[in-house]
Amino acid sequence: MAKERARWINLAFQLGAIVTALLFSTLIMLLAGAPPLQAFKEIILGAVGSTDNISNVLVAWVPLLLSTTGLLVTFTAGLWNIGIEGQITLGAIFCTWALRLNQQSILPPWIILVRSILMGMFGGALWAALVGALKTFGGVNEIFGGLGMNFIATAITLWLIFGPWKRPGIGSMSGTEPFPQTLWLPVFPNLRLSLWSVLLGILALIVIYLLLQGTYFGLRLKAVGNNLRAAFRLGIPTWQNTMTAFILCGSFAGLAGAIQVTGVYHRLIPSISSGYGFLGLMVAMLINYQAVWVAPVALFFAALNIGSIQLPIVLKLDSSLSGVLQGSLVLFVLIVDGIRQRVLGRKS
Amino acid sequence: MNFNLILIGLAGVLSAASPVLFATIGETFSERSGVINLSVNGTILLSAMFSFAVALKTNSLILGFLAGMAIGALVALVVAFSSITLHQSQVAVGFVLTLMCRDLSYFLGNSIMGMSAPTLPSLAIPGLVKIPILGPLLFKQDLMTYLSYLLIFLAWIWIFKTRPGLVLLGVGERPAAAYIRGANVKKIRYLYTALGGALVGLAGPIYSLSLKAGWKGTISGLDGIGWIALAITIFGGWNPIRAAFGAYLFALLQWLGLVLQPSLPNIPSQVLQVAPFPLMILTLLLVNLGNTEWVVRTLAGMPPRTRRFVSRLLRSMRSSPPSALGTPFENQ
Amino acid sequence: MEVELHNIYKTFGMVRANIGINLKVPAGSIQSILGENGAGKSTLMKVLSGFIQADSGEILLNHQPVIIQSPADAIRHGIGMLHQDPLDFPPMKVIDDFILGRSGSLFLPRKEAGKEFMALQQKFNFSIDPETYVDTMTVGERQQLEILRLLWLGAQVLILDEPTTGISALQKEKLFETLRLLASQGMTVIFVSHKLEDVENLCDRVAVLRRGELVGEVLSPYDTTQLVELMFGKILTLGERQSCNTEIPAFELKDLEIEDYRMKIEGVNLKLCKGEVIGLAGMEGSGQGILLRACCGLVRPVAGKVMVDGHNLSGKSYHDYMEKGVAFLPASRLEEGLVPGLTLAEHFILAESQQGIFINWKRVYAQTEQRISDFAIHGRPTSKVETLSGGNQQRAILALLRNPLSVLLLEHPTRGLDIESTIYIWDKLKERCRQGASIIFISPDLDEILQYSDHILVFFSGRVSPPLDANNTSVDHLGQLIGGKGWSDTFVA
Repeated sequence: MAKERARWINLAFQLGAIVTALLFSTLIMLLAGAPPLQAFKEIILGAVGSTDNISNVLVAWVPLLLSTTGLLVTFTAGLWNIGIEGQITLGAIFCTWALRLNQQSILPPWIILVRSILMGMFGGALWAALVGALKTFGGVNEIFGGLGMNFIATAITLWLIFGPWKRPGIGSMSGTEPFPQTLWLPVFPNLRLSLWSVLLGILALIVIYLLLQGTYFGLRLKAVGNNLRAAFRLGIPTWQNTMTAFILCGSFAGLAGAIQVTGVYHRLIPSISSGYGFLGLMVAMLINYQAVWVAPVALFFAALNIGSIQLPIVLKLDSSLSGVLQGSLVLFVLIVDGIRQRVLGRKS
Repeated sequence: MNFNLILIGLAGVLSAASPVLFATIGETFSERSGVINLSVNGTILLSAMFSFAVALKTNSLILGFLAGMAIGALVALVVAFSSITLHQSQVAVGFVLTLMCRDLSYFLGNSIMGMSAPTLPSLAIPGLVKIPILGPLLFKQDLMTYLSYLLIFLAWIWIFKTRPGLVLLGVGERPAAAYIRGANVKKIRYLYTALGGALVGLAGPIYSLSLKAGWKGTISGLDGIGWIALAITIFGGWNPIRAAFGAYLFALLQWLGLVLQPSLPNIPSQVLQVAPFPLMILTLLLVNLGNTEWVVRTLAGMPPRTRRFVSRLLRSMRSSPPSALGTPFENQ
Repeated sequence: MEVELHNIYKTFGMVRANIGINLKVPAGSIQSILGENGAGKSTLMKVLSGFIQADSGEILLNHQPVIIQSPADAIRHGIGMLHQDPLDFPPMKVIDDFILGRSGSLFLPRKEAGKEFMALQQKFNFSIDPETYVDTMTVGERQQLEILRLLWLGAQVLILDEPTTGISALQKEKLFETLRLLASQGMTVIFVSHKLEDVENLCDRVAVLRRGELVGEVLSPYDTTQLVELMFGKILTLGERQSCNTEIPAFELKDLEIEDYRMKIEGVNLKLCKGEVIGLAGMEGSGQGILLRACCGLVRPVAGKVMVDGHNLSGKSYHDYMEKGVAFLPASRLEEGLVPGLTLAEHFILAESQQGIFINWKRVYAQTEQRISDFAIHGRPTSKVETLSGGNQQRAILALLRNPLSVLLLEHPTRGLDIESTIYIWDKLKERCRQGASIIFISPDLDEILQYSDHILVFFSGRVSPPLDANNTSVDHLGQLIGGKGWSDTFVA
């Protein structure tokens, strides 16, 4: 009986958080002189109003899915992998590198693509391993280590785009020379969406779900994340598990970066990670790190992003409204959760 | 190169560093009390936009700057409240806020892009400005730059030379011991986090009402300054004077990047600007260097003279964070 | 200043820490508060020093009732407390630590305070350099600093909590001189310690606490036996014991030497046979904890050997010891033994050896159910460990132990448990002994030590007694040793 009541109370708090977030966002819209209902309508239309839109949502869904999935691994191990943006970027860089090396090769394109994507995963894993090493052997907190590596990754990207990999003539912010169509990830006719990227994203989610729920490794990771000392006492090699978590997350991030290069932009551009890493952190926080919710919430966030693209055109609003909505959801869920713990804690 | 041009450039470096100074010294205060405020990046953007909007509407610079301070303090208070009272993670809340405030600034500021508001005038200090070389360098600046000079010393004096400053150091080091000595740890954390936020909030208007006047949204070039301020706070060892050194170094590198651009067309200026981050990582490595087991073991094996010299060297390089940074505090 | 505690009651959950304590301490006297671990001394002192508030009762200073709601209040009324581990600021300079907390001018009067500091410390013959850093000082010097600071703030009552742990004999002499001088000037000194010799040397009066109650007040000169009897109570009946069968020791310590920042333990020699139980007696912090951790690789010995089943494992890691069949059960169950957030079943999975990549949940749940009924744990496989009671957590920890084991190291195995759980746990442990495991355990409860051990080692300030035959020793004898008396040579740190 008490458990049922506790469930309803929790649900009430969570709904309260969502409602508060919506009210806050509406308030912000009014402040900006925007008509709230119309804005919501435009976002929904922008997301699902046409086949093009839906496909774009799915295109945005994949990298977000991959980064959130990877982050679940690091969160389970008790880590704040802020460096994920850099890991996506390095994935893109390594993938581009592999593609460039193989552009003139006689191998069938699909082999080149597979190799390059694998290289991308390796690049992301490598970048993450650096953060992990800094933490394990240098005692550098992964938040600041990751942050620093993010900026270094951006610097490397810019150097490559304006330096050794610049387009013939002069380097520009539009990125490197685009790859020939043969080296593009195959897409649906007339759309930017690739079936392969969606499949890879879903596959990644399933793999991680199984890993975390059903394997010894997943359980060990959970122990390390919850209580490092006791985990050590139970015989778990702690730093090895931490490093593995970083490498695993990094490879998924790298995969996201590789997909961005082969499936979406077909070249290396500055800020190729497009904020999907940080957005993944937000999704993970919002779903309280439960794997079941990754797909739908990531889809929702992707829909918000794509849906808002229309706003400047149809309503003269900035598209960062999606960021406001996403941010307020996470913020109020966190705050209301804190209030709930305080209020209920006192009662018990 | 023309000497005068260099002087003008360097003077520009001093004023370009001033917003970073405000942000990093503000964050130093906050972290010294034990609270990490990760929302700095978003706060600077939001305060830049908001103070510009207020200055636009009221045609008053003072109100604009005050508005910036208010926003900075408000955002910091959200972080403080969530972590000190609600016991949520400082990192989580700060991180969400940094992204959300950035998006808020772009969204709300959309309608005021491209407009012009009053800007901060240059105020040469009569007399002092006539000093050869140093005069035009230091004393031909605007009000906020002068205030930034003052801030460095005031902050340093406050933290290291006053009684309440000593209490602040104690709270950050060992809240339990500070509590025993009568300090209200929670109140102190709230106060300094809000103060830190207010100072960060002043960085925004320095950009939008002076250095990069106006609000240009996503191409304002302000995105990232807050992260740099966080890095400099660490590199500065939570000491205002060393942080100032870091801020000036960063501004200098930025300027050098622009100056050397023609001779190095293949390297965009952004590359040099990344410098604070490897420095920050290096600092963090050195912080823990004295504590790692292999270092302790090698030290034990050294002859006493060398050991004393090396440990003194390590101690001076060590810029330990306040030991209680990020940890919650509950009195028994 | 005369201090009176009147009818102090304090309960923490199920534990009654202070039950109706009435104590009057005249001004200028040195009062000792004596008692074993858990007797209620630290609770009482925390109440007096403002750290916690009593549930009922009052505090009177010079016959005036006062309300003390925080440590700041306490010092304002003149009550200063010197903690066992001084609550100071290691990275700061002495002079800054000294000034911190004292109200006054805005700017730090480092120079004047420095002068006052030097003048003050001269009175007591201390020699602390105000410019050194606190973390480079010894424990004794940090204590001296705290005393000076409390005096400077106007303390008229000085509470010292186990001050002589970890300081040299010379520093102890100096401390006693200081305290006697202060008492002669009217300071009321309250000396909380378990070291009988120190108490007998220094204090004018002794108040003994046992299980939360004040059981006796004695004036000097003292009869040690009387003190021990008051502290520990009467002897319980002794249980049956295992005698040693085999020749090869299951576990051996040879000339072991361990060091931590507070004390040095040297010359420990121990031989454990299969099935033997060794109890480590002594006040908390006398060295048993470190020794136990050295026996499983969590602490690296400075010299000497640790042999498990004839293998030399000195210097190896904790996981190496685990592989050789050594298990360590820490006292803080949720901090070091169990992982909060994980269920019982998940713990069992982690404790067993890996079988494939994927977890067979069905098998795991069945197995967990079996263990739960074997160990009579009140919980389900899906219960998170932090929701279990202390007794059930301890049963769970025992249930997680592998089979077979060579050596079981238990740190406070029955801490916080009711009698039923205690008896049950020991039944299970004796079962293990019959299967060939040897046990070394720490307990503050002398009855438990005497009842279950074959041999006993007593710890006092880093000194370890040779193994005493539990058959031939008494609570009295143990109590004296724990209090520092009856050791063949004089105590030198």
